[in-house]
Amino acid sequence: MRLAELLAEILNGLQYGLLLFLISSGLTLIFGVMRVINLAHGSLFMIGAYVAYVIAGATGSLWLALPAALLGGALFGAVLERGLFRRFREREHLDQVLLTFALILLFEEARAALLDNQFHSVAVPAALDFSVPVVGDFAYSAYRIAVLGICLFVAALMFMFVERTRLGSAIRAAAENPEMVDLLGIDARRLHTLVFAGGTALAMLAGALAAPLQSVYPGMGDGYLIISFVVVVIGGLGSIAGAFWAALLIGLIDTLGKAYVPQAAGSAVYLLMACVLLWRPSGLFARA
Amino acid sequence: MRPTLEAIGLSRRFGGLRAVTDVSLDLAIGELHALIGPNGAGKSTLVNLLAGELAPTGGTIRIDGRDVTGWNNQRIARAGVGRSFQRTNLMQQMTVLENVRLAAQAAMPARHLLRRAGREVALVRQARAALERVGIATEPDRVAGTLSHGQLRQLEIGVALATQPKVLLLDEPLAGMGPEESDVMAGLLRELARDHAVLLVEHDMDVVFRVADRMTVMLDGCVLEQGTPADIRASAAVRDAYLGHDV
Amino acid sequence: MRSSSWRGNLLLTLAALAIACMPFYASPYHMQLASTAMIAAMFALSLQLLLGGAGMVSLAQAAFFGIGAYSVHFLGRLPGGAPSILLSLPAASLLAGTAALLIGPFALRTRGFFFLMTTLAFGQMLFFVFHDTPLGGGADGVFIQRPALTAFGFGFELTRANRPAVFVLVNLAVLTAMYALLWRLMRTLFGHALLGIRANEHRMSAMGHDVLRLKLAAFVLSGALAGVAGHMAALTDAFVNPELLDWHRSAEALLIVLLGGIGALHGPILGAFAFTLIGELGQSITERQRLVEGLVVLGAVLLLRHGLAGLRWRRAVPT
Repeated sequence: MRLAELLAEILNGLQYGLLLFLISSGLTLIFGVMRVINLAHGSLFMIGAYVAYVIAGATGSLWLALPAALLGGALFGAVLERGLFRRFREREHLDQVLLTFALILLFEEARAALLDNQFHSVAVPAALDFSVPVVGDFAYSAYRIAVLGICLFVAALMFMFVERTRLGSAIRAAAENPEMVDLLGIDARRLHTLVFAGGTALAMLAGALAAPLQSVYPGMGDGYLIISFVVVVIGGLGSIAGAFWAALLIGLIDTLGKAYVPQAAGSAVYLLMACVLLWRPSGLFARA
Repeated sequence: MRPTLEAIGLSRRFGGLRAVTDVSLDLAIGELHALIGPNGAGKSTLVNLLAGELAPTGGTIRIDGRDVTGWNNQRIARAGVGRSFQRTNLMQQMTVLENVRLAAQAAMPARHLLRRAGREVALVRQARAALERVGIATEPDRVAGTLSHGQLRQLEIGVALATQPKVLLLDEPLAGMGPEESDVMAGLLRELARDHAVLLVEHDMDVVFRVADRMTVMLDGCVLEQGTPADIRASAAVRDAYLGHDV
Repeated sequence: MRSSSWRGNLLLTLAALAIACMPFYASPYHMQLASTAMIAAMFALSLQLLLGGAGMVSLAQAAFFGIGAYSVHFLGRLPGGAPSILLSLPAASLLAGTAALLIGPFALRTRGFFFLMTTLAFGQMLFFVFHDTPLGGGADGVFIQRPALTAFGFGFELTRANRPAVFVLVNLAVLTAMYALLWRLMRTLFGHALLGIRANEHRMSAMGHDVLRLKLAAFVLSGALAGVAGHMAALTDAFVNPELLDWHRSAEALLIVLLGGIGALHGPILGAFAFTLIGELGQSITERQRLVEGLVVLGAVLLLRHGLAGLRWRRAVPT
């Protein structure tokens, strides 16, 4: 248990947690504002990673892939919302679960048809392909530090947006109480499209950022999907702050657990969820 | 005679909003206690506090002398409180009889739950009795969703009655009713008050003044005035705040 | 939920007889297929208790199914070899039911979508227990050694030739028993209370019902029945692997119930056979299994509002 290894694992845990935050913040807002459950959210992460693979492969630069994933994600999300999810809103839970489950299958099939079922690696951008000395003889990958930085930047932007802007307040209000949206005189439908597009963009950005860190492969979104649900349960519905702290906590527990207690690591996160459910069933940051 | 339900200094805050502040009242069997006041006065919140849907942030509730403060709606119901809802809150796709039978079944101890429902004669009798009392015993097998509005309001009370409670909390039972139906309902309310402790929340002043034994007027979460209908009618404060000067 | 009319019961009985006679006319492949469909029907029936009964959408059912399946493996490793099915079946359902009893109190602190998410998470936790640990053969799964079928001390010598026929009959028996049990259960006060919860949980609570305990009872019983289905799957296929517990299987069970019709007790049986048939047809047309499944799910949700059980056959039959 050398210090250098511990530091590396902590940084890895934070980085995983921040990626998780990007994914689950979208999920918690979409669910809070629209009351729609989207099991295909993890697939969006996968799509983002594949976008990065394709674009980085074609142009040789990951830097083009990131904005492509972000903007493409926003567009894709808007299309999904207006074409599909708008109609699901009034449906029963069961219908939404199954419809989004079907989406997962169709996305996987589309990927298999357009590309293939292989593992692919995406190269770290050349500019960041080195290690930064941190303390003593411990050096950490520059790209990972960049990912940490980018995610924190996005998180800060989100906080400011949600806390300081009118639109952000509207989203916060809507997440607490969907009926309030009409009372506030806001066009609910445009709000929904916006929230859904934003959530999709974030998930795809996370996928693009993660692509060089782990191979790009079918089903890479599955693990993130379930864990992001756990983040939402622990953090509380509709709460970005909740998603942030819960994601970081889970990222750390999961990474440190896998490094030091591998066999229990998988269950540790769920045990945490069980404890939170016992103590505060609506989540740690939920508004009553 | 000791009151069946006592509320002492009840308060409920939502963050900074004081919905109910220091309200006391009591309900006794044989008495119909009306709760009136303008919209936003806190009447619904008070009913929800008494029914256990909300926990008070201050004060005490007692039923037959027992402290039940903070009990949830299920425990309060088992303690002998029946409640009808302002917006019809039934099992719309089940029949009229099934609705009341479910209510009658609520107090069944767990070990009896594996009995066949069709064989439970006593339950069915209890359910039918409730339907008779509220006046919709003629079509027990009609799907609840197909009833007229007035019949739905009657069923609402029937379901509350079927648990054989001591206390009845009736939240705007006359909502949306025409004059004839209101008349019939008023008769029912008086009749129910004979052997229950009834709290009636209503806006129809004609009916209220006809059926109430005592009244509480609420304004902005507080009690403005409490007393007999005559007291209330005579109160200048109540006239200024709510009734106007034509009543 | 509706139970079958006399006409429906007649059809079910005829179908059961047809299946019972399969050893005389069907190929081993088709008998194996029938067993698969019947096990799917058992699995879906266990979920129907939760879904059509109490209105709870759970994604943890596959975990209980898998525990029931793995229990066959564990019991087979006991000294003395595999026990009689009269012991292993109750043991499997007990193990699965216990898992549900441990998870239930946590999951039931949530409702609606949160309940969905927590059952999903707990289900996956159990998946990882079997996938990441050497328990029961790890990620690759394990074959059931020396499969045997014994009851009352009388053992069936199972050969590759007679396996399909034997299991068609055994699975038919278990499915029939499960259906009959649920049929009776929905007629009890407990069954009616569950239906009330599905119709209007809040009002049930306001009436004085102990809704939490009722839901927990439904959750545990449903888990135990899923364990029975898993137990039969392990015996029939002689193989268990962690994929049995994966949440995708839970979602498929939801699909089967929807396909057959939530409002009817016999819906899951219809749905399971339809799903198995469609899978077979799909495999003969294309290798893109996920596409077929995705389209089936879409079709079922968008087109079949009441499932197959809700289709009106009466118009085709003159009165």
